Amino acid sequence: MLSRYKMDLHNHTCLSPCGDAGMIPQNILRAAVEKGIGVIGITDHNSVENVSAVKRAAEDFDISVIGGMEVTTQEEIHVLVFFDDDKGLLDFQELIYANLHGSNRPEYFGNQWVVDFEGGVLDLNPRLLIGAVTIGIREVEREAHLRGGLVIAAHADKTAFSIISQLGFIPPDVALDAVELSPFFRTDGNESWVKELPAVTFSDAHYLQEIGRAWIEAYVGAPTAAELKLALGGEKGRRFTACC
Amino acid sequence: MKLSEIVEKLQLEVMCGRESLDQEIERGFAGDLMSDVIANARPKDIWVTMQVHMNVVAITGMKETGAVVFTQGRIPLPETLRKAENEDAVLLGTGLTAFELVGRLYRLGITG
Repeated sequence: MLSRYKMDLHNHTCLSPCGDAGMIPQNILRAAVEKGIGVIGITDHNSVENVSAVKRAAEDFDISVIGGMEVTTQEEIHVLVFFDDDKGLLDFQELIYANLHGSNRPEYFGNQWVVDFEGGVLDLNPRLLIGAVTIGIREVEREAHLRGGLVIAAHADKTAFSIISQLGFIPPDVALDAVELSPFFRTDGNESWVKELPAVTFSDAHYLQEIGRAWIEAYVGAPTAAELKLALGGEKGRRFTACC
Repeated sequence: MKLSEIVEKLQLEVMCGRESLDQEIERGFAGDLMSDVIANARPKDIWVTMQVHMNVVAITGMKETGAVVFTQGRIPLPETLRKAENEDAVLLGTGLTAFELVGRLYRLGITG
């Protein structure tokens, strides 16, 4: 049986250097529930280290969590990847960390808090999470799919860090599951890439008040990345609509 | 060469940091990939780029480049300007392309 879920899958936590310090698990979930979001995605820059805390916190809320990250590829394209199982998440994390070099400078880029489910600080991630990994979009897409992941080009309409800004067009051999459009995107009808791939809208929240400003409604069998993948492809009766 | 002299000779628009133009610029760097700039820009460089997002300000601070010049008339995002004001970064603008601007800088004696 299919159910309708309101999903906002692009949200940062206090682990992202640009994420607000108030973006701790319980705050994020409370804000999402208030906006009627039933499935929230956690996508920090190049790291999944706060996903487990948000999942643990979600046990006390009426909401599901899909874990992922926002990878910065070698071309400085932001790509959202999601995994349903912890093995996929951690395995992919290992690949990203092996290809991410440099140390964070919090005074310039911001703090990278690893927290527990109550927001208690466990660690400061020392890596340069704002940086780009040394593998390109094709390899990121392939490696994520090999691990059963879902791959979505982030804010494809933006003039920085998007697949369009960096490459000019979407290479046909990059097997994206969808493109994400910014919350305030308005089409002028000339973006052929919008027509060629499923287009989703998420909030890309860095602050609590931004959570739930964009979402999709998906008709799926379960609140998972695998089910969403079916919905994006319009398979097995699954489908979705974007809010804007 | 003094940054103020470069600004005057190349008629660059001062978007932020007018009070910091009295500094020596020794060399220049051109780049739009942030990872490249993080790896290769040097202190006191004049950095030529068409990227206008907030990370440019963070990187110019970290690398201690002397100034950033946005090419082709690109306007910095509001959050970029706010961050630059807080951090005393120098942001300049020109309608020229990077190629043209770098050529003119080179003619003034600013090399790579």
